[in-house]
Amino acid sequence: MHAIVALTVLGLFLGFLLGMAAKRFKVENDPIVEEIEAQLPGTNCGQCGFPGCPAAAQALASEGAPVTLCPPGGKSLAETLAKMLGVSFDASAMDDGPAKLARVKEELCIGCVKCFRECPTDAIVGAPKQIHVVMQQACTGCGKCEEVCPTMCIEMFVPPTTLPEWRWPKPQHEVVARAA
Amino acid sequence: MNHYIPAPSPHTHGTLNVTRIMLTVWLALLPASVYAIYLFGWPVLNLFLITVTTALLSEAATLWLAGKNVRNGISDGSGLLTAWLLAMTLPPWAPWWIAVVGAVFAVVVGKQVFGGIGQNLFNPAMLGRVALLIAFPLEMTTWVNPQPLFTEAAPGFINSLAITFNGLSNIDAVSGATVLGHMKTELGRGVPLAEVLPGFFSLQQGAMGAMRGSLGETSALLILIGGIFLLLRRLITWHIPVAMLASVTVLATLMHLIDPARYADASVHLLSGALILGAFFIATDPVGSPSTPRGQLIFGAACGALIYIIRTWAGFPEGVAFAVLLMNAATPLIDHYFRPRIYGRSSDGKPLDYTQGKFARLLTRYAGRKP
Amino acid sequence: MRLFRFKGGVHPDEHKVTTELPITPMPIPKRLYLPLQQHIGAAAEPVVKVGERVLKGQLLAKAKGPVSAPVHASTSGIVTAIDEFTAPHPSGLPVKSIIIEADGKEEWVDNIIPIDPFKLSAEEISIRVGEAGIVGMGGAAFPAAVKLNLGSKHRIHTLIINGGECEPYLTCDDRLMQERPGPIIDGIRLMLMALQCNQAYIAVENNKPAAQSALRDACEAFPEIEVIGVPTRYPMGSEKQMIQTLTGLEVPAGGLGADIGVIVHNVATAYAVQQALRHGRPLISRIVTVSGGSIKTPANLEVPLGTLAEELVEFCGGLSETPKRQLLGGPMMGTSIPHLDVPIVKGSNGVLALSETEMRLQPSPQPCIRCGRCVQACPVGLLPLEMAARARNGKVEDALDFGLMDCIACGTCSYVCPASIPLTQYFNFAKGELARKRVEQQKSDRTRELAKARQVRLEREAAEKKEAAARRKAERDAKKRAEQAAKEKEAAS
Repeated sequence: MHAIVALTVLGLFLGFLLGMAAKRFKVENDPIVEEIEAQLPGTNCGQCGFPGCPAAAQALASEGAPVTLCPPGGKSLAETLAKMLGVSFDASAMDDGPAKLARVKEELCIGCVKCFRECPTDAIVGAPKQIHVVMQQACTGCGKCEEVCPTMCIEMFVPPTTLPEWRWPKPQHEVVARAA
Repeated sequence: MNHYIPAPSPHTHGTLNVTRIMLTVWLALLPASVYAIYLFGWPVLNLFLITVTTALLSEAATLWLAGKNVRNGISDGSGLLTAWLLAMTLPPWAPWWIAVVGAVFAVVVGKQVFGGIGQNLFNPAMLGRVALLIAFPLEMTTWVNPQPLFTEAAPGFINSLAITFNGLSNIDAVSGATVLGHMKTELGRGVPLAEVLPGFFSLQQGAMGAMRGSLGETSALLILIGGIFLLLRRLITWHIPVAMLASVTVLATLMHLIDPARYADASVHLLSGALILGAFFIATDPVGSPSTPRGQLIFGAACGALIYIIRTWAGFPEGVAFAVLLMNAATPLIDHYFRPRIYGRSSDGKPLDYTQGKFARLLTRYAGRKP
Repeated sequence: MRLFRFKGGVHPDEHKVTTELPITPMPIPKRLYLPLQQHIGAAAEPVVKVGERVLKGQLLAKAKGPVSAPVHASTSGIVTAIDEFTAPHPSGLPVKSIIIEADGKEEWVDNIIPIDPFKLSAEEISIRVGEAGIVGMGGAAFPAAVKLNLGSKHRIHTLIINGGECEPYLTCDDRLMQERPGPIIDGIRLMLMALQCNQAYIAVENNKPAAQSALRDACEAFPEIEVIGVPTRYPMGSEKQMIQTLTGLEVPAGGLGADIGVIVHNVATAYAVQQALRHGRPLISRIVTVSGGSIKTPANLEVPLGTLAEELVEFCGGLSETPKRQLLGGPMMGTSIPHLDVPIVKGSNGVLALSETEMRLQPSPQPCIRCGRCVQACPVGLLPLEMAARARNGKVEDALDFGLMDCIACGTCSYVCPASIPLTQYFNFAKGELARKRVEQQKSDRTRELAKARQVRLEREAAEKKEAAARRKAERDAKKRAEQAAKEKEAAS
């Protein structure tokens, strides 16, 4: 008899605690969407398959879109997102091939300014009837310019590794130390 | 030069490798092992052979099942060493299946299940021993009297096979209790220590090892020589053995001073049981022990304290295996909390501040004596 | 003097077979390849054109920015190209280099006027050192003038001259100390002036007694300079460990030696400073040890910068066998190079061709057995096994928590590891990974700003368009109304 009473009281008490906690520490869903959006490139390039970065952020937060969805963000963005969302992802499986950049083939460019208007980061400079140039520091490799170019004079290319950008590769042998 | 894979520095290497470490440790165990064979006769040799063979076979089988390189896995010598250490903790005339079960458990459950060498949380040999002790308490505590080879009482070679594979019919006639076991029983009956030990244990016996016990428990002296060999070859550092022996010595002396009738003095503890073996060969197994000197001191001291506590107050007469396993479990924690101080940083990880406090004084003192 | 001990360290086999061999001048090769970046910092900017004739010691490329170093012609000849050429770097990637076809005349520039350098001010000394293109010659190649200038911002109480040469095989500093102690002492006195400091210690490992006694004899007249024998233990020649050994002080994490009033320069740098200030000679040659089991006759050579390693090896009688690995620098921290067609630069102290046996190459890494030898050996007090485990799992930030950035990449941990795990490479990889992330983050921040700015611009343009349309409409309406009014007026009148 005592046991039943004790357990009932305990159960009620814990249930009450849980209920309070749920009210007290209620997490609003929206802030995370904004936080995610702040991390995304914000170029609305559409490579992820969603209409723009806000939509992608929404999908990441509530529809379980993969953290690896954003090619311009690369592996480091995927890691940041994975940390924010508390999910894990297979970094090695992610195609971490060198990021591509756009380049104008000068002999074909007619100076139509279509790419110039399309570029989400204003990485293309040029004026009507002038040959356009892609500023590589600002190019995210989204490929939108390539799509709109009427003369197909924009190509996506992998920039060669230069000495300052060279990094030591990971040792190839799989050796393990148990992490303490 | 697109396919060129750069070679990392350093472009030279020390002489030590894993196989060499394992074989040297095994070498250090040999004097005590040979003495054990002498002391308890051919059944001991059988035991060693069975344990090692089983361990290597089961290791190879597991590696093969896991799709790993069998030759690399076997040739590092770690399986051999685990088996040898396990055998040294077995009763000398234990039946063959004890050795087989222990070896399989040690290698498969103790090591390969965790992912192989370097991955095991617990010392595989000790895991094997504890499993045996719990599952087969009778066989694991049947201690024969020393019957040195080439004496009349010693079993012949053929006879020894019978002992190993058929068991002993008249086991009670040739066996008895170990020093620690005897002490525990007698003290439990209320007999004062002064009446328990005389005639049962002497310092010389303890050191030389002509007494009942498992293979590695008998000759403290030969084990110690092996241990010192390891220290000299720098295969182990002094931290764990010294801390462990010191902590047992301090505790035993303290308790002995409090009540000499109930608590044996330090020499009894040091020279009986597997303490020396544990201090130099088991607790120092790198995989399960902390990697920093400070951590090792704590690990060793805690092992020693646990051994003393188990021997004195717990149900088992000997506690080396339990103590080491318990501390193995604590190793990640020790490793987490006891990190060495990094150059240029204080012990809390902040960069050294030479603008104030102790360091500022140090700097002024140094710079001040300049002309 | 009381010495202090640094933690850990090892004593690898010394292999210093060239200790007794005098410095041999190397003849000028036909072609010289001078990379524009032979130092830490910004690459130099060429001031000569292709086809131009240059004289020995002439400025070829000027320093660009505060941390940089100029490049001078090592001999007289024609600039045949300014083009990409294999860099002395583990990647084997090319770097922009000035290529000179030597004319064999060895004609010096004539703008060299000998002066009494001791009449110069501290600032003038470091300016001249900078103009001579002198960088740290122990291997790190940090512009020496920048370090000499630190005397103006920090109070420097001790100058340490690093004659440690703790790398196996290398004897170039040893020979320099044995053969040219006078100029080194002279250079040290000039450095003391530049730093406004009055105490210098020359630290020489105890395995170089001849160098120690030569220097002691040479500095007898100068009480402010003292030769200190230090234990032979790798990595004694590392700046931080040397400061600790001599002073007991530690460079604060993330800081400089100057923060605690200590500056370290290499002996060869002191020599180069003397050459620049006494004789007006820029840094155009250096002493290089050519050694290793695969070299026929090892030697210490005085080499014009820009000479290909291949020519040094040829000069030493060639290779006795195909080496397992060829290096610039020592075996502990040196750079492996894909082939010997790589130029000698200011920081190259050795060309080694190692055989497999002397490298003691291990077949392949084995799993870590957590033996802690790396922990014992690490001179910094790190836990290499834990850092490597995290780097391997791609958790570079976690490795950072274990002190990745305090790692000096000395390679001691890899050297002692019984499982031959390439610990140093794991750390290099992790450091590179962090750098890559930082660069990526910067770029994505920048593009995000650009995207935002564009959005704002587009909105503004749209608004302007709308406004303009509205205005036009208003104008049109007004015009219409005016016309209407005029019509009505007309009609009325």
